[in-house]
Amino acid sequence: MEPLLDISGLDARYGQAQILRGISLSVGRGEVLALMGRNGAGKSTTMKAVMGLVPPSGGTIRFDGRRIDGREAFEIARLGIGYVPEDRRVFSELTVMENLSVGQRPPRQGAPHWTPERLFALFPNLAAMRDRPGGAMSGGEQQMLTIARTLMGNPRLLLLDEPSEGLAPVIVQAMARTILALKGEGLSILLSEQNLHFAGSVADRAAIIEKGEIRFDGTMAALKADAALRAQYLSV
Amino acid sequence: MLDLILTQMLNGMASASSLFLVASGLSIIFGVTRIVNFAHGSLYMLGAYLAVTLVGAFGPASPLGFWGGILLAAFLVGLIGIVIEVVILRRIYQAPELFQLLATFGVVLMVQDIALAVWGPEDRLGPRAPGFKSFVMILDSRFPSYELFLIAVGPLVLGLLWFLFRRTRWGTLVRAATQDREMVGALGVDQRLLFTSVFGFGAALAGLGGALQLPREAVTLHMDLSTIAEVFVVVVVGGLGSVGGAYLAAVLIGVLHAFGILIFPKITLVLVFLVMAVVLIVKPYGLMGRKPAATLPGAAGIEPLLTPATPGAKLAGLAALLLLAAAPLAVSDAWLLTLTELVIFALFAASLHVMMGPGGMASFGHAAYFGLGAYGAALAVKWLGAPMEPALLLAPFLAGIAGIVFGWFCVRLSGVYMAMLTLAFAQIAWATAFQWVELTGGDNGILGVWPSAWAVPKAVFFYLTLAICAASVLLLRRLVFSPLGYALRAGRDSPLRAEAIGIDVMRVQWAAFAIAAFAAGIAGALFAFSKGSVFPTYLAIPRSVDALLMVLLGGVQTVSGPVVGAFAYIGLSEQLVKLTPYWRFTLGLAIVLLVSLFPRGLVGGFLAWRDRRDAGDPAR
Repeated sequence: MEPLLDISGLDARYGQAQILRGISLSVGRGEVLALMGRNGAGKSTTMKAVMGLVPPSGGTIRFDGRRIDGREAFEIARLGIGYVPEDRRVFSELTVMENLSVGQRPPRQGAPHWTPERLFALFPNLAAMRDRPGGAMSGGEQQMLTIARTLMGNPRLLLLDEPSEGLAPVIVQAMARTILALKGEGLSILLSEQNLHFAGSVADRAAIIEKGEIRFDGTMAALKADAALRAQYLSV
Repeated sequence: MLDLILTQMLNGMASASSLFLVASGLSIIFGVTRIVNFAHGSLYMLGAYLAVTLVGAFGPASPLGFWGGILLAAFLVGLIGIVIEVVILRRIYQAPELFQLLATFGVVLMVQDIALAVWGPEDRLGPRAPGFKSFVMILDSRFPSYELFLIAVGPLVLGLLWFLFRRTRWGTLVRAATQDREMVGALGVDQRLLFTSVFGFGAALAGLGGALQLPREAVTLHMDLSTIAEVFVVVVVGGLGSVGGAYLAAVLIGVLHAFGILIFPKITLVLVFLVMAVVLIVKPYGLMGRKPAATLPGAAGIEPLLTPATPGAKLAGLAALLLLAAAPLAVSDAWLLTLTELVIFALFAASLHVMMGPGGMASFGHAAYFGLGAYGAALAVKWLGAPMEPALLLAPFLAGIAGIVFGWFCVRLSGVYMAMLTLAFAQIAWATAFQWVELTGGDNGILGVWPSAWAVPKAVFFYLTLAICAASVLLLRRLVFSPLGYALRAGRDSPLRAEAIGIDVMRVQWAAFAIAAFAAGIAGALFAFSKGSVFPTYLAIPRSVDALLMVLLGGVQTVSGPVVGAFAYIGLSEQLVKLTPYWRFTLGLAIVLLVSLFPRGLVGGFLAWRDRRDAGDPAR
């Protein structure tokens, strides 16, 4: 069966600087792939390129068999890709409910259908603060809100950029449970991560990116077993 | 007495309503698109003109004809706004702020000539509103009931806007996009649709504001610029992006106007200025405004380095100077007069460039200092009986002092806020020259500002002008490469880091502002003597835009650019005026085309073309 997301030979640059060099990756249906690597390796840029926020300068991106590279972000979102940025970017002036309504899209075939009530069941903390402005929430609550907001678009593929960054350990555990619950709903997920422990608890496969190139692509188990690989690309 | 106070209060609140409609439209558009729509006053004017025509056609006596005409006029202005957004603005969202402002100013020029062609030069009077023709007795004085209706319109629209923004999905999306456009797009919202609808909505508000003025005042071709200046003041006082602030400020300014006319009819605008000053000292971002999110460093593009002239460039400059010096031997007196003006405008443009280029401060009101220099000279001649020499010496100080006073406020703001404030100050200077008839002769200007006997021959005056302007331009150049110039550029490129190494950025900008004003004053004083007269148009907005165009045409990033730009622009526009009576339309169209075809400017467009060629990648 063809993968849901298929990236092939992707290049991206900011001005003169080339950030991505021939990235090839794929995410299967119902699969969780962890894109790992140090700061500045190109994880976020890969996500943004898929989302159409950074224009690719070469290569192709297919979603469900359809070319999406060169399309605008809103079109890509409407095809069923949900993007959760690493810096959260909640609308601080808008309440929780309003934040959710910005993300709302019609139900989609082959994707779980989300309503605010279902999301409040998934993120019980948010249920208690429906009318609170996004700017008046803690970092962890904002992270939950960004994910919930993106889910309101009923995506088939979720791009999660460093979901555990800057969160307290107990919140990170809750985040891992959430991701597994979403996987249980049938969602495919591409997440970028530096925390091997966290990635290991949620992902089926892992890819390692370093200086804009893929250095490893295999099962999570294979990565866990290879100490030399981990030391070379992941240890700080 | 009490009833007088009350009626003036109500008068002020009635005029506040229209002001609020226009200001809130401007604010909403800015929030989402980040474009300050200079043409908002023109949309207001179009609303009024369209209403005159439509109400006339539908029958002003019937309520349906009158109110239908008013609402249809607002709706049509909304459609015009949509056309402007789709045809022009959509292409330039990525362009630098200044180019966006210029493009909307091109629209202002075009609308002026369209209105002139369609409705003619005479003022048009609208009918009174059916059902609101009577008076209401308030204490002992008669108060028009239409005014009471207008007073109610303000809070009504405020409530409507509140409902729209808090209770509808469209409003939620607009508020979200005001904060983070890209994220809204990534959530599947088509931004183009959102931008277009916001622009159309804001335009319709302006059109409604204009149409509702119909029973109150005559519709004129000057409504556009006088309104936009007032609206800028309202928006700066209320806080850009805050609809509630816009209402508060509109009422404040409206009431102030009403009382000002009663108490000090000559200095109404000074009163407005004082209030704005107080507000900005206490709250730099307006009554209900918030500090704008800092722009990312490098987001606006890194400015190319200004470098001292190469020997070749120096030689070229010297050759040009010699060529100019030889001109009186070869050309007629009429041409010499044109050349004199060109040289004066070169200095005017160079003075603005010091602010805009190294200073990074956009001014939409630089004509104020040019005009104050001219008026300084004329007033010295008329009231002090001074001959040319002391008048020329004194006049720039009037401009310089104004630069010090106005600059003190302006440097507290940045970007478009600052540009709006400079425009508001220029408009105040213009209105003073226009209204203070006893001192300035008002619209008739001051005549008989002639040079001393020795400088009367055209060639002599040309040499005098050339000497003063060349010396001033060279001094301004020198300034760019002085410690002050370096500090100025540091402050432009990274205010935080500049502060951290001990540069008082605001103070440096203030100094540059004052110096630029002084230099513009020199140009203005020379201009007064070359023309023999001064008029309020010297300080008017179109002259400020002339200066901007000269600088942009030559290239903001080059030191010699403004001088070259002045020669190119004045030469062009003089030809245009001779060729067609609708020169404003042609000029406006030229600006719009220039900006939408080269959204990064002529120089930027050239650099991008060269980069592509050098990369050897024709596909991208």
